[in-house]
Amino acid sequence: MNEQEKPDKTRRRLIVATSAVGGAASLGAAVPFVISMWPSERARAAGAPVEIDVSNVGPGELAVFEWRGKPVWVMKRTQEMLDAIKQVDARVSDPKSEVDQQPAYAKNEYRSAKPELMVLVGICTHLGCSPQLKSAEAKAEMGGDWAGGFYCPCHGSKFDFAGRVYKGSPAPTNLEVPPYAYLSETTLVIGEDKEQKGA
Amino acid sequence: MVSRLEALWGWFDARMPSLAEQWRIHASEYYAPKNFNFWYYFGSLALLVLVIQIVSGIFLTMNYKPDASLAFGSVEYIMRDVPGGWILRYIHSTGASAFFIVVYLHMFRGLLYGSYRQPRELVWIFGVLIYLTLMGEAFFGYLLPWGQMSYWGAQVIVNLFGTVPFIGPDLALWIRGDYVVSDATLNRFFALHVIAFPLVLLGLVVAHLLALHDVGSNNPDGVEIKKLKDANGHPLDGIPFHPYYTVKDIMGAVVFLAIFCFVMFFVPEVSGYFLEYNNFIPADPLKTPPHIAPVWYFTPYYSIVRAVPPLFHSQFPGVLAMGIATLILFFLPWLDRSPVKSIRYRGTLYKSALAGFVLVFLVLGYLGTEPTTVWGQFGFDAFFLDTKDVATWVARLGTVLYFLFFILMPWYTARDAVKPVPERLTV
Repeated sequence: MNEQEKPDKTRRRLIVATSAVGGAASLGAAVPFVISMWPSERARAAGAPVEIDVSNVGPGELAVFEWRGKPVWVMKRTQEMLDAIKQVDARVSDPKSEVDQQPAYAKNEYRSAKPELMVLVGICTHLGCSPQLKSAEAKAEMGGDWAGGFYCPCHGSKFDFAGRVYKGSPAPTNLEVPPYAYLSETTLVIGEDKEQKGA
Repeated sequence: MVSRLEALWGWFDARMPSLAEQWRIHASEYYAPKNFNFWYYFGSLALLVLVIQIVSGIFLTMNYKPDASLAFGSVEYIMRDVPGGWILRYIHSTGASAFFIVVYLHMFRGLLYGSYRQPRELVWIFGVLIYLTLMGEAFFGYLLPWGQMSYWGAQVIVNLFGTVPFIGPDLALWIRGDYVVSDATLNRFFALHVIAFPLVLLGLVVAHLLALHDVGSNNPDGVEIKKLKDANGHPLDGIPFHPYYTVKDIMGAVVFLAIFCFVMFFVPEVSGYFLEYNNFIPADPLKTPPHIAPVWYFTPYYSIVRAVPPLFHSQFPGVLAMGIATLILFFLPWLDRSPVKSIRYRGTLYKSALAGFVLVFLVLGYLGTEPTTVWGQFGFDAFFLDTKDVATWVARLGTVLYFLFFILMPWYTARDAVKPVPERLTV
């Protein structure tokens, strides 16, 4: 011990080197544990695009389809509904859909590829509850200036018929528009669009 | 003459003397202040509830199925078909709420008597870690019955992580293991609830107790009993934990268990506070219940996350506020600059601050269980009113006051008029 007053530099270096290598190895060993928590192949497959038939959806009716376990809303908007969307431009917080919540082909007034057919993910952008359809007739409940749209029961966020969030709602952004494409006049594929095809 | 039992003990002690030594260190020769009062029951009660939860949990696991298609049914099966199953489940659900009641009272005791102050900072820090782990444990457990509230509660809480800038959506995906809360989520929450978090919890409890027994317990006077010792080196104002406080704590446990049994047998749901009505409906990923709220013990923080309005099209500021509201507890030992520890010798400033804090915590807690429209709307309009819900504005005020209690603490504790602290305990 007496002759070892000063630490042996070689041994110290060895300790540092083995600790560094051991630490790196432990980090590497953590990888399989961490990656095991990502969605499995099965979950990814279940997240694959779904084909839906919208021929039976009547005007002003809300149809709910499931994609990746989420409700996807499809609605054939009536002319009054489309007019209502134009009316409330000044009352929604992102009227021109500047925030990236939709594919490029839905970045327009009605947030859809074709004006009349609304396709939205029916999950509130606040904390993930599913809003409810409130028609323009629900003025008693929603206030006299209600032009129709969706209302989230959890924290009171309001959206118009294009899924645009009203100012003063806790939800920070418009409802998400999923990627979708028309296979024919009445069939849609949700979860995949022309731009992504083959990618 | 050595009896057979004593001989057996002698044989054991010769081979493992540390067992008797641990008993001396932590019980028979652990000198605790002689003036422990009512507020000192809750530490041992927390330990009791931990044991109750672990034992009832083990037996529930024998019949529960962590599978999205079977979970709800298996809980109903436990309730209806398993002999005594309903008792086990109600023990576990009542125990969850009881755990938080006891822990909140235990933490309040710390605030009353300055038990987090030097040299007990580590005791406090381990305690806060226990509290946070317990929150995680309770959250994972709440998903398991796979009812509507389980499902949508988990959906909301996992989405809180999704608001973190840049990595949020991937983080939420990683936590869920799927694009929505699903079977994969249920399965991993089960693993975390029954093994990972309980192990962490037990480790933290051991650390909490070791740190406490190294520095010694605080007391209602906030006086260090180790300063004055008798001829044997024992604190003058200390008494051995065993038998004095073991007996006292057994008394507390008996009263506690009587109340516990009353709740468990007669009002296990406590009007929707311990078990929410919506959770008796199976989870439906396509339909949110009309009103969702977390269980009562999370509601003060839920109120905070709800009160903060979105900024820059992001809900993250609210989530950040909620995170800071819990993490700020860690800094308490350094925020308090008072020359005295106990509320008995503090002045009006600290007393009113603490009373205000408790009131704010309760109001935030109440508001978190109700929709934001609970207190109606303002009858007038103004440019700054982004929402007219009165309750939201009260929650905002409460959130500000919650933080002010901590942020202003260095100021008001240092300026507070204090009374002289006695040399020895007052009994």
